[in-house]
Amino acid sequence: MELANIEKLVEKYLDATTTLQEETTLKNYFTGGNVAQHLQEYTYLFNYFVIAKDETFTKTLRLEPKKSKKKNFKWLSVAASVVLLLSVFVGKQQYNEYQQRKEAERIYAQVSKGLELLSKNLQKGETAVTTLYAYEKTINKILK
Amino acid sequence: MNQSDFLKVVLPFKDKVFRLAKRLLVSTEEAEDATQELFYKLWKSKEKIADYNNVEAFAMTMTKNYCYDRLKSKQASNLTLVHSNYKEKETSLDKKVEYRDSVNQVHLLIENLPEQQKIIIQLRDIEQYDFDEICKMVDMKPTAVRVALSRARKTIREELIKKHNYGVS
Repeated sequence: MELANIEKLVEKYLDATTTLQEETTLKNYFTGGNVAQHLQEYTYLFNYFVIAKDETFTKTLRLEPKKSKKKNFKWLSVAASVVLLLSVFVGKQQYNEYQQRKEAERIYAQVSKGLELLSKNLQKGETAVTTLYAYEKTINKILK
Repeated sequence: MNQSDFLKVVLPFKDKVFRLAKRLLVSTEEAEDATQELFYKLWKSKEKIADYNNVEAFAMTMTKNYCYDRLKSKQASNLTLVHSNYKEKETSLDKKVEYRDSVNQVHLLIENLPEQQKIIIQLRDIEQYDFDEICKMVDMKPTAVRVALSRARKTIREELIKKHNYGVS
């Protein structure tokens, strides 16, 4: 390919008016070595284009859905809400139980206080009765 | 459309999708994920694919849009630059190092272009699509595509000359 022609094509190339065929001509010229000194910069450009086209996708394509993170998060939130619900439910029960126990304790305390009072008074009566017995006994001794 | 039919249609352009994704997303891992995701999407809409006469163009458009979305949502995260595995060439070591640098430079220069020019240069100069197809893929008028392409080519060339002269002097 003569140089004048290449120069013309380069001009066209920069204006983006070259056809694919003309661009292939340019590519062949610039990647073939033997490039005119003042057009040196195009060698890098065209060589890069050739190299860049060699890169391939090496992994195998999966057509099955990948477990996406989004989905996991969705399930996580469901799980979290279930846990929350459960804990509220259990917590409410526990609280009720606790309240009941407290109430029972209060009643027990009241009742035991009442009973204590009763027993105290009964004891008082008992001592009175024992002294009465002792009195009676001495009287009987004396009278005999 | 069963799985093997589908693969027959889509496999020929999986590398093109991957390369476009990599051009836009920069990192290989991201591009691989994107490719995987896109083909999965295509597989899910396989019933519709049968109606398209140009599945490849449709896939490239999808790739472009998908990558734009990714870039928008991933603005904050750090993308790493991973070099592509360049082919070994039988040149002397010195030459090879210099050559490799310059070729890498082109890669970086393209990276600095605006997104739209990046896509167009990828589609035209690397994948060699014709203008009609590119217009369809990027949804632009032919003149606009040509202007963008011309601008991109000129920018890269000027930068290359600048870098080259700078190195010499």
